[in-house]
Amino acid sequence: MGYLDIVIPSLVNGLTTGAIYALVALGLTLIYGVLHIINFAHGSLLMLALYGVFFLHARLGLDPYLALPLVAACAFAVGYALQRSIVGRASHGRDENILLVTLGVSVVIENLALAFWRSDTRTIETPYAFETLEFGDVLVPIPRAVAFLGAFAVAGLLWLFMSRTDLGCAIRALVKERQGARLVGIDVDHVFGVSFGIGTACVGVAACLVLPMFYVTPQVGHAFVLVAFTVVVLGGMGSFVGALIGGLIVGVVESLSGLFLGESLGQIGIFAIFIAILLFRPTGLLGQKA
Amino acid sequence: MSARNKIAIVAALVVLGAIAPAVVTSEFWLNWLILSLFFSLLGIAWNLLGGYGGQYSFGHAAFFGVGGYAMAIGQVHGGIGPWLLLPMAAIGAGLIGFAIGWLSFRYGLKGSYFALVTLAFAEVFRVLANSATKLTGGGAGILIPLEPGFESLQFTTKIGFLYFALILVAAGLLISIWLEHSRFGARLVAVRENEDAARALGVDVLQVKLGAITLSATLAGLAGAFYAQTFLYLDAGIAFGPAMSVEALLAPIVGGIGTVFGPLIGAFVLHLVAELARHVIGDAPGLALALYGAILIVMVLFVPRGIVGLLERRRA
Repeated sequence: MGYLDIVIPSLVNGLTTGAIYALVALGLTLIYGVLHIINFAHGSLLMLALYGVFFLHARLGLDPYLALPLVAACAFAVGYALQRSIVGRASHGRDENILLVTLGVSVVIENLALAFWRSDTRTIETPYAFETLEFGDVLVPIPRAVAFLGAFAVAGLLWLFMSRTDLGCAIRALVKERQGARLVGIDVDHVFGVSFGIGTACVGVAACLVLPMFYVTPQVGHAFVLVAFTVVVLGGMGSFVGALIGGLIVGVVESLSGLFLGESLGQIGIFAIFIAILLFRPTGLLGQKA
Repeated sequence: MSARNKIAIVAALVVLGAIAPAVVTSEFWLNWLILSLFFSLLGIAWNLLGGYGGQYSFGHAAFFGVGGYAMAIGQVHGGIGPWLLLPMAAIGAGLIGFAIGWLSFRYGLKGSYFALVTLAFAEVFRVLANSATKLTGGGAGILIPLEPGFESLQFTTKIGFLYFALILVAAGLLISIWLEHSRFGARLVAVRENEDAARALGVDVLQVKLGAITLSATLAGLAGAFYAQTFLYLDAGIAFGPAMSVEALLAPIVGGIGTVFGPLIGAFVLHLVAELARHVIGDAPGLALALYGAILIVMVLFVPRGIVGLLERRRA
């Protein structure tokens, strides 16, 4: 029993962290699925959103969960503007150019954050940070439970949006056939912007859900971005269900390998998965053959 | 431009660099010159694979770091002389490059996937270097003992390091010129332009890519060895962190990707701009890198062929 006492909390941690990873990866995979670009700035946009949540709480006393609609809307606007003004114009016929531009955006955002806010680690205090829910013998901290449910609620909403609305239908049309979509009168650039915006809004939601149990520094994006890439390649580029399952798997692997190998080597587990999948099955577990 | 003309330019640059200390007497600008040459070398290395081969690596820090750590650990723990370590660092980095290239190219990874996997390898090395405290000193880093002298490859004056850097950069430029005019280089460019067409014409794509990444990594390893020997200090963040990978690709992109002198021009322009910016807006942490990021965006958006491309279009 003593053994399980350690493993089960670690498993709960892994699943709840994994839900956040899934949410971040959901945004990344949406952007990839629609625009076929790997958004390197995803992590730094998450960092920006985390600072947004932090300052809303610190200056206006706004609870992170209540700030969610506002932060998500702002993140959507930022993503839309970024795609329309910079990322969408960069390709010149080579995907690598888009990769470079998003790398440039992330370098700018991260280092401006460093210049303005220094590298201090910031956290917020909420009344419910240390409250827990009991499920039999298992204790789940409330922020983790909220993050877990929130991540899946957002995934569900996103699924509804994609399958039930005209805009979602236009996005799916673009994924299937770009030229055809243009021919039937879909405003391709606008829909690209919307997709990038929704992808970024996912990161905004993730920021609200994660800050009550996490911290923010200018470098915090790094911790998420490679993990999110891992989740996305694990689940299959562009696959929603894959991102959800991949996120949970990666969260659990990280948590368990951290438990058995120690904090610093625990990260290796994720990178090992990442490299192995990229090498042996770059289409991911659920992705379609290219 | 013919190969002979390009070699003449390299010779002129070497002479210019050699007499530079007569004109540049301030320690500050001498340091600037050495650093710019170092970043040129790193950019030249990246350009061999990314520029001529079209394989964009986001993790050249992996090769840089291996070269640097070979130099540092070999001296501190292995008791090996730095002159012997210099080729060993280059070869070690080349082998790592070959291994990473073999793993990724064999499975047909290209484009964004290749960029991601190189980034991940650099991160793995960073975590490993941070954990191998006995060898690397962990977070505290590793210090190479100061013993100025020719046999310890630590020059007593800045001028010694300048000449050292100059020789390495000249070698890198000559390799680039050779590549442009060799059969191997022609195959590499063919792979960049159209992999399937190249294969149909009988080019062994895997072999060509492997050759390019090995050559590129070897040169990046030399840059790492030079860095370790100049600053006598290395930690996992410097060696394998993303900053070095960004620097490696930035210089060729600014200067002109897939050209001999692009990385050199790019590195010098970038570091001149960074210096100017430091004078104008002060030395807050991150500002110089933020500026680099902005330059990267502007270059890709508006000047995708870099400064060299701009000059060529003006002349045409």
